Amino acid sequence: MDDKSTREAYGDALVELGVDDRIVVLDADLSASTQTNKFSKKFPKRFFNVGCAEQNLIGVAAGLSVAGKIAFASTYAIFSNRAWEQIRNTVAHDRLNVKIAVSHAGLTNGPDGASHQSLEDLALMRVIPNMSVIVPSDATEAEMAVKSEAERPGPAYIRLNRVKTPLLFDKDYQFNYGEAVVMSEGDDVAIISTGTMVHEALEASMMLKNDNINASVLNIHTIKPIDRDAIIKVAKDTGAIVTVEEHSIYGGLGGAVSEVTAENYPVPIKMIGMKDEFGESGDYTELLKKHGLTAADVSNSVKEFLGNIR
Amino acid sequence: MTDIDKIQMLEDKARIIRKHVINMIYEAKSGHPGGSLSCVDILTTLYFHSMRHDPLKPELVDRDRFILSKGHAAPTLYAVLAESGYIPVEVLPSLRKTGSMLQGHPDSKVPGVEVSSGSLGQGLSIASGIALSGKLNSCGYRVYTLLGDGECDEGQVWEGAMFASHYKLDNLTAIIDRNGLQIDGMTEKIMRLEPIASKWKAFGWHVVEIDGNKIEEIISAFEEAEITNGRPTAIIAHTFKGKGISFMEWINSFHGKALSEEEMEIALQELS
Repeated sequence: MDDKSTREAYGDALVELGVDDRIVVLDADLSASTQTNKFSKKFPKRFFNVGCAEQNLIGVAAGLSVAGKIAFASTYAIFSNRAWEQIRNTVAHDRLNVKIAVSHAGLTNGPDGASHQSLEDLALMRVIPNMSVIVPSDATEAEMAVKSEAERPGPAYIRLNRVKTPLLFDKDYQFNYGEAVVMSEGDDVAIISTGTMVHEALEASMMLKNDNINASVLNIHTIKPIDRDAIIKVAKDTGAIVTVEEHSIYGGLGGAVSEVTAENYPVPIKMIGMKDEFGESGDYTELLKKHGLTAADVSNSVKEFLGNIR
Repeated sequence: MTDIDKIQMLEDKARIIRKHVINMIYEAKSGHPGGSLSCVDILTTLYFHSMRHDPLKPELVDRDRFILSKGHAAPTLYAVLAESGYIPVEVLPSLRKTGSMLQGHPDSKVPGVEVSSGSLGQGLSIASGIALSGKLNSCGYRVYTLLGDGECDEGQVWEGAMFASHYKLDNLTAIIDRNGLQIDGMTEKIMRLEPIASKWKAFGWHVVEIDGNKIEEIISAFEEAEITNGRPTAIIAHTFKGKGISFMEWINSFHGKALSEEEMEIALQELS
């Protein structure tokens, strides 16, 4: 099957969801990029462009949800951070039915550079009470997650990518909110990943087989609430965890996994991600390579890590 | 009831609300008496005259809605909600105390409070969303939001102002409590707002300027807003901070400071 970006899947899912007239979609002047323009063409009366005004984007979405609508609010991931306090004080505090679905997350907005790349958002959203944080690993999962979130009452942050990535799931796949997906099983090490990095993690696990290393690969599509049982299980089964995320190693997936293991079953953890640094302009794949996030880099890091602890 | 009787009734009600506010903030030992008193007449007129609402049916779909954007005037909101019958009057003295439903800033867990607020600049956007939903559903309710004048320093207010006029939300009325003072001093000294009426006009709003402590002017401003089509209305309500208490009017130290026992007693006496 052809590669597809998670933002394209989001745009398609919105069009399907639009038959329900409680669904409203808002965008802050980036509707072609976030793919909400698909919804705006089909349901123009229920699409609202607020212009480049992210604080108002979240406020109006909050108001619509207070009045009974299911509001999807979209912009680039980085710019949604600009309304962090609005998200905290209104959307999350009042458990409003606002789904903040953001695109161009991580390094996927490569050429635009540091100002347009979002590498801290998972930490910022994860810390807010009542907030769910979802990072789909492929277009299929993105579509399912968006539909699932339209059904589930309450606030969510859905993190989407710009670039086309391989499909990991077929149409029969069932997205279960809050449940990690075991992508492959192995006893030597667990690679825990999220978003489109799951694809790199899976490929890394294939490479590791050549070195007789059997890796479990866990897809944490729901970073919050996180699947504690699944993490504790792989910690017990393998005794060594490597986390892989297109995000700062502070406060994101690595942080969330460490919080679970530290309290329940401590094991050595290697966190792969951005190391307290900004991104920069460049081709997406080259940026991944530069920051050690390709499958080959992950495979090498796993080997080095296991060599150090065993 | 004649118009004169009506206004007399609302003035009496406003006096009762002021007493509640003084008492609540005294009991809480903290709060914002100045900006709570300046908007008493506005909230009293809304809840006891202009708004269509039923305290026995707080979820009524076509009820008019009020969002207190200047959330630090929570005591006034709680007092009008109690006098309307949404919450028991007896809970008012529990304001700001541990375990009380009456949080220091409005909390949607309180019956009659549509949405939590308190962080400045956000109520207009939220009110716009509610007004927009009313338009989408062809539901005839009106939405009111009260902003502080100092609050208009917030950029989000002007994002919301652009939005509401762009989407022609004529079911939305924003009242600006123009008491001239913000925490650090006079608004014109801290961050100049004038010409504030022209600013709202320039953003595409119908603008009415009134004495915001005169019930009859407040009533007619709301009536004018209701018959204004195609654009939202901003009411610049010139008020006195600490209105109703002689030693508090225009004294900014009462922005965020509770009254002493002696001050509380004088204040209650003045209101009797």
